[in-house]
Amino acid sequence: MQRAIESLGANVIASLERTGRTFNLMLLVLWELVQPPYRFYPIVRQMYFIGARSMVLIVASGVTVGMVMGLQFYNILERFGSVDLLGSGVALSVILELGPVMTALMVVGRAGSSITAEIGIMRITEQIDALECMAVSPHKFLIGPKLIAGVLSVPLLTALFDFVALFGGYFVGVVMFGIGEGSYMNGMIDNVEWSDVRLGLVKSVIFGLLVTLICCSRGFYMHLTKAGSEGAEGVSSATTDAVVLSSISVLFSDFLIGALF
Amino acid sequence: MKKLNIQLITGIFVMLGVAAFTYQAVTIGGVSFTAQPGYTLMARFDSISGLREGAIIEAAGVRVGTVSAITFDPDNYQAIVSLRINEGVPVSEDATASVRTQGIIGEKYIKLSQGGFPDMLGDGMEISATESAISLEELVGQYIFSSKE
Amino acid sequence: MSDASQTNNAISIRDLVVDYGPRRILSDVSLDIPMGQIMVIMGQSGAGKTTLLRCMLGLKKPASGSVNILGTDIVTASRHDINRIRKQMGVAFQGGALFSSMSVAENIQLALREHTNLDEKTIEIMTRIKLDMVNMLAAEHLMPSELSGGMTKRAALARAIIMDPKLLFFDEPSAGLDPSTAAELDQLIITLKNTMRMTIIVVTHELDSIFKIADHIAVVSAGRILETGTPQQITSSSNPEIQGMLNRKPRETIVDTDAHLRRLVGG
Repeated sequence: MQRAIESLGANVIASLERTGRTFNLMLLVLWELVQPPYRFYPIVRQMYFIGARSMVLIVASGVTVGMVMGLQFYNILERFGSVDLLGSGVALSVILELGPVMTALMVVGRAGSSITAEIGIMRITEQIDALECMAVSPHKFLIGPKLIAGVLSVPLLTALFDFVALFGGYFVGVVMFGIGEGSYMNGMIDNVEWSDVRLGLVKSVIFGLLVTLICCSRGFYMHLTKAGSEGAEGVSSATTDAVVLSSISVLFSDFLIGALF
Repeated sequence: MKKLNIQLITGIFVMLGVAAFTYQAVTIGGVSFTAQPGYTLMARFDSISGLREGAIIEAAGVRVGTVSAITFDPDNYQAIVSLRINEGVPVSEDATASVRTQGIIGEKYIKLSQGGFPDMLGDGMEISATESAISLEELVGQYIFSSKE
Repeated sequence: MSDASQTNNAISIRDLVVDYGPRRILSDVSLDIPMGQIMVIMGQSGAGKTTLLRCMLGLKKPASGSVNILGTDIVTASRHDINRIRKQMGVAFQGGALFSSMSVAENIQLALREHTNLDEKTIEIMTRIKLDMVNMLAAEHLMPSELSGGMTKRAALARAIIMDPKLLFFDEPSAGLDPSTAAELDQLIITLKNTMRMTIIVVTHELDSIFKIADHIAVVSAGRILETGTPQQITSSSNPEIQGMLNRKPRETIVDTDAHLRRLVGG
């Protein structure tokens, strides 16, 4: 029993250390990034990997989610005779919640895990040491572009997700169930404010930062976690940790942001 | 070649994303990038009870403008509402601005009723005839208390 | 031991103490590495030679002591100064540590692109020159994953020397190589010292290489420097541990079998 408490305490302390390190990493990277010279192509390249290559996944899931929401809302609203609220319901739930959260979670799975693995492998094969010994800052060269690309790509992907999800809801409501097109569209226009769109945007920016930062950090500091986690097993456990942690962070901050604004 | 491809696809990605976002912001959110041609009128109310900035201004059931600002006048304990009226919508000197509710429990909006005077109000002038919001609770309360007598 | 401020030493290490958590890895290590010579740091696995190397590279901060490289103590120096010194150093890591997402040529050119304003053509030419020096011209556009062990090492070497550094470090250069490839690499190291007047530090335990290339040897054991000297001096050392290493004797076996058996059984 005592040992259980001790290990719990050790775990908590380790978690706090990791959180501090991750936050530190972000500050270090930002500090290095604002110093010249400025390189833009690496950012574009990372946006390609994180953003552009996720487009198909995002569009596919966006349409599906939109259709599901259309279906579910229709079923519920029909009981109250208020199916003309379908447009509002789908639009608000997508723009405020589902868009940012689902996009972020999918980016975690698709891009986040591979970022952790890539950086983790670089760490254990001394590639990061090689960068440092060449007087090249791994923060600026390796992590910086990924961080910026994440902050830029996730909101863009979220916008795409939202757009096709609204269309999915439209398809279900108007084409399948015969709700008036004007009713659906006006439901969206009248009941969704710029403040809602803005909140969704803010969320997606924060999610993009969180996901990229956590995944980079887990890979980058792999060598500082429990000893004996070298090699392939270390990379896979760092990757799993990164995915789990960034997913939870997204969900939790989603709640925080929603509560604060 | 590889470099060009990556830049091209990423560029397309960014454009699509920005387009999707702009659509949502402008169409749904109602953001406008250009100041719509029009003019601003002021109106004072004793109670606007739930009217928000961005609320619709209707005349004859047609949307003719939006509430651009709401401030509080502590000297008279009144609400000062700035009404942004679209161009080409004349408002007479004796027009009435009323705070109405959509449906029974819907959102508040401003209803404009034209008066008979030939002179129209210009930018920055004030609508003097105003009707405050009708609060359902006060009505019911009045009814309850008056019926007690 | 010469004065740390003497300028004909490329590297001067004084009283280095390194801990990894509770374990003391290096205790009071002092070492001078003269300019233009090949210094081999040898020792058993786990003796601490890799840690010593990492301290010299600025990758590990010691608990105390000084590491003076080309006149600057990198233990107390600012990040900016350390990077300035690093531009005069080249490192060939044990596994090559080539950047997996870049071709061999791009790997080699990275330092040039980051630290100089040379034009494309010049960069290309300089890359080819270095590739030619290590006999890897044909591999210019290959990716690291397509290289054999020997090719990886040579590519890493080409990358390390692209900026014509004054100091060159090798971490276990012959690890994983067959004897003839290892011999080729040794020859390359000697050529580099002679033609480019580099100061070369090699960390290894491979005896054949050591005696072929070394001008000086430092023997590390259990976190301390046992002895330093020329190859002849080391070969004729009176230290039994060193003799054991040289003669490939396995480490001292157990003397007290009873005590050992008891330990095994847990009695």
